[in-house]
Amino acid sequence: MTAASPVTETAQGTAILPGQGGWTGSLSDTFWRNPKLLLILMLTPPVLWLGIIYLGSLFALLAQSFFSIDEFSGMVQYELTLKTYGELFRPANLDIIIRTVSMAAIVTVAAACVAFPIAYFAARYARGKWKAVFYIGVMLPLWSSYLVKVYAWKLILAKEGILTWIFAKLHLTWLLEAWLAIPIIGGYSLSVSYTGTFLVFLYVWLPFMVLPVQAALERVPGSYIEASGDLGATPGQTFRHVIFPLALPGIVAGSIFTFSLTLGDYIIPQIVGSSRLFIGQAVYAQQGTAGNIPLAAAFTVVPIVIMGFYLWGAKRMGAFDAI
Amino acid sequence: MRTGKGHLSPDWAPPATIPCDPKPARAGGLQTTGLPMTNAVSFSSVSRHFGTVRAVDDVDLSIAEGEFFAMLGPSGSGKTTCLRLIAGFEQPTSGHIEIFGTKVENVPPYRRNVNTVFQDYALFPHMNIIDNVAYGLMIQGMGKAERHKAANEALELVALPGYGDRRPGQLSGGQRQRVALARALVNKPRVLLLDEPLGALDLKLREQMQEELKTLQRKLGITFVFVTHDQGEALSMADRVAVFNNGKIQQVGSPQDIYQRPQSRFVADFVGSSNVLEPAFVKQLTGKDACASLRPEAIRFVQSDGHLATVTGSSYLGGTTRVGLALGDMRINALIPADQAVPENGSLVHISWQENELHLMEDAQ
Repeated sequence: MTAASPVTETAQGTAILPGQGGWTGSLSDTFWRNPKLLLILMLTPPVLWLGIIYLGSLFALLAQSFFSIDEFSGMVQYELTLKTYGELFRPANLDIIIRTVSMAAIVTVAAACVAFPIAYFAARYARGKWKAVFYIGVMLPLWSSYLVKVYAWKLILAKEGILTWIFAKLHLTWLLEAWLAIPIIGGYSLSVSYTGTFLVFLYVWLPFMVLPVQAALERVPGSYIEASGDLGATPGQTFRHVIFPLALPGIVAGSIFTFSLTLGDYIIPQIVGSSRLFIGQAVYAQQGTAGNIPLAAAFTVVPIVIMGFYLWGAKRMGAFDAI
Repeated sequence: MRTGKGHLSPDWAPPATIPCDPKPARAGGLQTTGLPMTNAVSFSSVSRHFGTVRAVDDVDLSIAEGEFFAMLGPSGSGKTTCLRLIAGFEQPTSGHIEIFGTKVENVPPYRRNVNTVFQDYALFPHMNIIDNVAYGLMIQGMGKAERHKAANEALELVALPGYGDRRPGQLSGGQRQRVALARALVNKPRVLLLDEPLGALDLKLREQMQEELKTLQRKLGITFVFVTHDQGEALSMADRVAVFNNGKIQQVGSPQDIYQRPQSRFVADFVGSSNVLEPAFVKQLTGKDACASLRPEAIRFVQSDGHLATVTGSSYLGGTTRVGLALGDMRINALIPADQAVPENGSLVHISWQENELHLMEDAQ
């Protein structure tokens, strides 16, 4: 590092450059010699955070589900029992579970159907500026407040809202009324029906489906699609045999988000929809006003078990083979 | 066949979409003598423009049935676009393409009985080898046992028996290339398109595959259209070669024609780096005002009575040595056997060549 010489001159000088000096220099040397030390230093804080504060408190909650509540005193009895799980199978509680799981399943299927064309366009055709437009368009709703979006939807879906107005202008009020007259999914207005809850769930979770599907499709080279066509497959056959199987890991990843987020959400069904409870609302009510922590904990286990079965089934179906 | 609208109707099938019986094709392949009856592929004034880029610019071309046809050119010369036009992945901006006498405008790739071996092989990663090879047959609706039998036969044809259960990721580049070939051949296409299929292989494997491809083509009698930027590959394998540059065909001919009688400076330069002698020099020799090509191996060093040239450098190539020479204003190369003494840099030498080695070029650009 003495006398800087032009590159053209014959190289001269020391073969080993002097160290940077100071404590940062010796720290760099130490880390270079002991790469594991750096790894341990970097990983310890997040592992402690994840392990103790996050998973630890979750397990503490789950442990509560094996206790029960004394029905007269309302006090928690600290004896291991499966009685609380038995309570889940009471008709009222079973209704809540079935309602939530059906909603989560329908939202997931619909999100996959809506997200796929968007993701396919973004992965196959969007380039440069259009790619940026796609990312901003998909992400923008995520940047604004969740509550604002849900309340905005409540106004859109209300009896006096813009949707009713549009249907009236299109002379389709009869259609809306016919839809609302259908039992279960209908109601007084969209904003107090399951249809409304479904639409808001679909809107709010859609980006979580679009992005993983897009990432999966991005990794499918155009030559696979051309090769399939070249071998005689119509676009429909190419979709079924090549594009869909290769996008499946992305769809499964996205569905883990949409499915579990719907299973756990307690705000959307409270603001938009009928007054009947979803799992998240039941947990909220049991551990809050009702003070029945064991039952709340047992309700919390339900989505975890369902997701476990879901992932196991997806793996059995070969959803992760192409990863 | 050429009645315009015929190709648009859904029952457009014969002759290009029905899988052909292999036996007549094989028999046809053995009749190497005599002129072929039909053109497998013909282009008439075909252009393909991408925006302002003329990837293929007014190309006329005909490829005979059973021929091994090479499209040679540097990258961006339009050869791959021509291949994609035959496969149907691209549509011509103007002009007409016929496959076995049928116009194929608006005929999608999946209805053309033409198969492609892709440059990146494009094997489906979520299927094992047997399902990859049997893909085309599965699409046609053939039963599982039957299509697996055919796929196994195709794998034997490309010397990969017993590889059916593996995944594409578990095979080497050369093996994947063979699988891609089997996957195309199992459909018994009328025309097989190969897009730089040997580009990713190392030299030894490439030379081996060149021979195997040639043997296979003779055996099956299928028309092969082969795209490459490697002139050695084109010359060693093809019955005829088309040299592409800037979206146009510079010259079509047998490998000997292309190599020994290049018609333009580009062909002379690209195919085996011929020396191009300037008109002023050629006029002294022949009296004609034209460029001429001279192959480097045609130049001999003589004791006297030759043209005087200065040695500017030499490089050892193994079997031969390339000697750079300055002949007047021109820089030329000579190839001499490796056992011959190499003249020193800067020395004056006499060089000479047989008169018939000098080829006047019609088109001197």
